[in-house]
Amino acid sequence: MKANKLALAVAFAMLYAGAGTAMAGCPTKGVKELTGAGATFPYPLYSKMFSEYNKACGVKVNYQSIGSGGGIRQLQSQTVDFGASDGVMDDKQKSEAKGGNIIHVPTVAGAEAIIFNLPGIQSGKLKITPDVLADIYLKKINNWNDKRIAAINPGVKLPDVAIAVVHRSDGSGTTFIFTNYLSKVSSEWKSKVGSATSVNWPGDVGGKGNEGVANSVKQIPGAIGYVELAYAHQNKLPWAQLRNKAGKWMDPSLDGAAAAADQKDLPDNMEVVITDSSNPNAYPISGFTWLLIYENQRDPAKADAVAQLGWWMIHDGQKFATPLEYAPLKGAAVKKAEALLKKIKADNQIVLR
Amino acid sequence: MKDQSVTLASDRAAAIDVKLIHHDMHVTNLGDRLFYRATQGFALCVLLLAFLLVLDLFRGSWEAIQTFGLKFLVGTTWDPVTHQFGTLPTIIGTLVKALIALLLAVPISIGSAVFITFYVPKWLRPMISYPIELLAGIPSIVFGLWGLFIMVPVIRALQIWLKANFGWFFLFDGPAVYGVGVLAGSVILAIMITPIITAISRDILLTVPRPQIEGMLALGATKWEAIWQVALPYARVGLFGAVILGLGRAIGETMAVTMVGGNSFDLIHSLFDPVHSMASQIASEFTEATYSLYVSSLIYVGLVLFGITILISLGAQFLIRRMSKGQVAVFE
Repeated sequence: MKANKLALAVAFAMLYAGAGTAMAGCPTKGVKELTGAGATFPYPLYSKMFSEYNKACGVKVNYQSIGSGGGIRQLQSQTVDFGASDGVMDDKQKSEAKGGNIIHVPTVAGAEAIIFNLPGIQSGKLKITPDVLADIYLKKINNWNDKRIAAINPGVKLPDVAIAVVHRSDGSGTTFIFTNYLSKVSSEWKSKVGSATSVNWPGDVGGKGNEGVANSVKQIPGAIGYVELAYAHQNKLPWAQLRNKAGKWMDPSLDGAAAAADQKDLPDNMEVVITDSSNPNAYPISGFTWLLIYENQRDPAKADAVAQLGWWMIHDGQKFATPLEYAPLKGAAVKKAEALLKKIKADNQIVLR
Repeated sequence: MKDQSVTLASDRAAAIDVKLIHHDMHVTNLGDRLFYRATQGFALCVLLLAFLLVLDLFRGSWEAIQTFGLKFLVGTTWDPVTHQFGTLPTIIGTLVKALIALLLAVPISIGSAVFITFYVPKWLRPMISYPIELLAGIPSIVFGLWGLFIMVPVIRALQIWLKANFGWFFLFDGPAVYGVGVLAGSVILAIMITPIITAISRDILLTVPRPQIEGMLALGATKWEAIWQVALPYARVGLFGAVILGLGRAIGETMAVTMVGGNSFDLIHSLFDPVHSMASQIASEFTEATYSLYVSSLIYVGLVLFGITILISLGAQFLIRRMSKGQVAVFE
């Protein structure tokens, strides 16, 4: 009798131990494969995360980086288990989603550097205020020695060179974040151009991808452009300092992006673009990238797998962010993301417990 | 001087008794019949594919056609935020880049073909032709990368020089310092279509009968006069066909043009302005086209591109027929 009780106790202990490892973010209902599609900005990170996830949980995640638009479309027609986007879905896109309500779970944040090509001026030595940046892109300021730029850069010798504005020719989440920032700091930009993954730019050259913009700025004297921070680092391109909402001059950095994400007034649905953040240490042009998941799932096993994947990505997966130059989620952002994942239901039952 | 023994291809086809094949069908063996049906099936597959492609283009662009109609072709605003789409700047961009590419490529290609055919000794011909054909096989994206990193700085230097010395001319009165733009796009297209035009022109010129040229030389013409006044007019239809093939490629070229074309939606005023071509516009925006009207408008651009290609092809066919009124070599 005693031996049987001991065996039973050991069995229970092993069961709980097994359940314990499952809580680390691996699917508990036997799903071995997931498919996702969407944003290209986080693709290097997701690629690393999913390969590590495979090692940790034996689950294969197939992610197609076809762009936020493609990811949203696939999710709307329910051909993938989750989507990924650098931009928030608008009402029309939400209404076209066949499976109902979609939650936006932020995974990491990124910063965008404003790069320029002015020989003799080093990285971080050029200051640009929000209104000047907007007016440059609106083609209202056309020369680098304009008095408005000179006024904020005393002591810097600005050359008599025309400003060549470089933007993205392809639609992109990077553009979405940049135009979102410009819309917040310039009412003229908001009414004339607006904010989207692709806009009607007032002028100049379009480069294909972050690498196209970086290359154009590198080659064209007097050029200005916006790229993800990683590209500015890797191409050793000089960037400008921007003034954030609190009045501080900031270099683009992962800490600045993380600070922008760690705001006091984050909405529960996390559908917020963290540009022009109120945090005093925030870098102004920062943005989240999100996983898009249906709140009400049809298949309980898949629902469990997707929720567990999301949980793992915002906890264990975060350690892969900084080496790849993404800003990990901190503080309030993680709590809100957890709350969102706990809303995922299948058959009216919450999946994550 | 016209050789009466050369007949038109259409005459030759008429000469074959097509009825004979059908008559033989009833008496020939199973193998022949199967072969006939199989090849018929393949031909029908190709026709069906073409038909379905056009059908799908219409289906995909239907929403945009209903919203914009033909105003799409003359609209100058491409604004995804306010849902306004018009593709005139890119139509002009595509056609201008293709035509300038032709202007640059045609003299070089046909000149090279003449040189290979008439001046190079026979044993040397393959050695010169081979590298040209190799150029034709280089992938578009490789051209694009080479163009962006190597060619564009050179074009930039050229543009700055042109603007400094001839800036009063409207074509050179533009943002020379970009490097990317109409000129860069045209030059890279010219480089890409030269091998095709050269290879086909060389084949055409090889079909010019020797007696024609020898007769001219016997009458006292110089070699240059013989080529210019006999060989080239004799081959004009085939050469024209080669040029049209090059034009077709130039209009549809995507990756290389996207990387060096400048990619802007404004109407161009000079050779240095950046502008999208229709193909580069679709390739650039398709992945992030986040709502159905946007996608539909891009497919509409594809339909317009297809329409332009067909128009050029039909126009070329018409001109070829006019030019063939005399008896000339036909490249089928």
